Amino acid sequence: MFDLQNWTTALHEWMLGILPEWAAILIESVLVALIIITLYAVFAIVLIYLERKICAFFQCRLGPNRVGKWGLLQVFSDVFKMLQKEIIRMRKSDRFLHDLAPYLVVTASMLTFACLPWNKGGHIIDFNIGIFFMLAVSSIGVVGILLAGLGSNSKYPMIGAMRAGAQLISYEISIGLTMLTMVALTGTMQISEIVQQQYDNGWNIIRGHIPALIAFIVYLIAGNAECNRGPFDLPEGESELTAGYHTEYSGMHFGYYYLAEYLNLFIAAGIASTIFLGGWAPLHIAGLDGFNGVMDLIPGFVWFVGKTFFVVLLLMWERWTFPRLRIDHILSLEWKYLMPISLFNLLLMALVVVLGLGININ
Amino acid sequence: MDSFNIMFFILAALILFSSIACVVTKSILRAATYLFFALLGTAGLYFLMGYTFLGAVQLMVYAGGVVVLYVFAILLTRGRKDQLSKNSKSKIFSTLLLCLVGLAIFVLGIMKYQFQAEALSAPNEGVLKLSEVGSKMLSTGDGGYLLPFEAVSVLLLACIVAALVIARKR
Repeated sequence: MFDLQNWTTALHEWMLGILPEWAAILIESVLVALIIITLYAVFAIVLIYLERKICAFFQCRLGPNRVGKWGLLQVFSDVFKMLQKEIIRMRKSDRFLHDLAPYLVVTASMLTFACLPWNKGGHIIDFNIGIFFMLAVSSIGVVGILLAGLGSNSKYPMIGAMRAGAQLISYEISIGLTMLTMVALTGTMQISEIVQQQYDNGWNIIRGHIPALIAFIVYLIAGNAECNRGPFDLPEGESELTAGYHTEYSGMHFGYYYLAEYLNLFIAAGIASTIFLGGWAPLHIAGLDGFNGVMDLIPGFVWFVGKTFFVVLLLMWERWTFPRLRIDHILSLEWKYLMPISLFNLLLMALVVVLGLGININ
Repeated sequence: MDSFNIMFFILAALILFSSIACVVTKSILRAATYLFFALLGTAGLYFLMGYTFLGAVQLMVYAGGVVVLYVFAILLTRGRKDQLSKNSKSKIFSTLLLCLVGLAIFVLGIMKYQFQAEALSAPNEGVLKLSEVGSKMLSTGDGGYLLPFEAVSVLLLACIVAALVIARKR
């Protein structure tokens, strides 16, 4: 299996040879930050193009096809348009809070993005409480959305922020409970260890069979709600609220919300592929050693990105298939159906773990 | 002065300035935002000490929970008057006096207590496993926290019942 750690250790030792330790660590930190930001931008562009094409596919349209071959340059031209636009500030709005809010949203999203396991040895933030840290930093984004709504001093953003806040706080419970279910199966919260276990013993969705499958389905629903997407996009439902909490934003400040929305989709899919589908762990079938050997030759980041885009496809399918829900329906779906189901599911998973009913490949 | 000290001073300055701004500002929404930064800085201190679990709890409960609750309360109750009222002279004087007394007690406590300097010197993640926290939380033996843990859950139950009583249809 391709291990990124060999390369990073070699780079670190080479740097130590020519630089003092503090300078080497500083340069490495800056490099890692640059890599995160570049990946963030690249994946945003890929996802926006993918979303337009898939949306068009589900609605029997062609999608963007004028700018560049197959519309490939459409997203780039949109990004350049957004970069050139003026940032408009309202007179009666609270300037400080209005300008701060998009940065909070994008920071929370980037911190969560840095937790994803890209490859064997390719973890950027890898605490012993990884999953919990991920949940904790993603909750900063809610503050950003609420401040955006309140700082704008306008009616539409305010209603949008209230809806978004209520929805995000509610669905965070389901997300937390499904993650807890999978943590109960793996027995650790460290993301690298979770993936390593799945490399050794098979993917979690197979190891945990029935409860893991229920958790996966609940996670797909709650994940879409957590990204303000799909049938749960009424915080920014354009037909009722113009654009919800980011109505009063323009230029790159709006761009940050746009970026964060798509990257949150990628992050939700990335977490799903980490805790259910094995992260960078390749597909192994017990007994077929030759097949497993061939699968091991494919590097881990290809597996991770491939699985993540598979889950992204599932989430987009969900988004473009169901009609938008009403706010009271959204809240009752969470509190009356998803939360009891995931609580029961946690109990089921505890039983499976205690009785040793899980399937281990090796 | 190593990098930990530099980070400590940055975080301390963040906490200090946002705490002062939180008290001084006139707008209640800005006060909530400055409080948010003070709590983020505290979480940063926990991460600096390497106690990642407490840092994540601080982020989750205070930054993600309490501040969101405050902002929601402001959102739902805000009328025309979202500016704080002017303070009278006697109010300012009595607050200053109380604050000085509080500061004196804190400084005295810090001076008296024998801190172990090594405990703060480097990140020591991995000293305490999360599974240990979990089993201590549910253990009835020596140093177990089962009774306080259950008492807190009774408190939460009381809160839920109270909220239902207030919100029910008459």
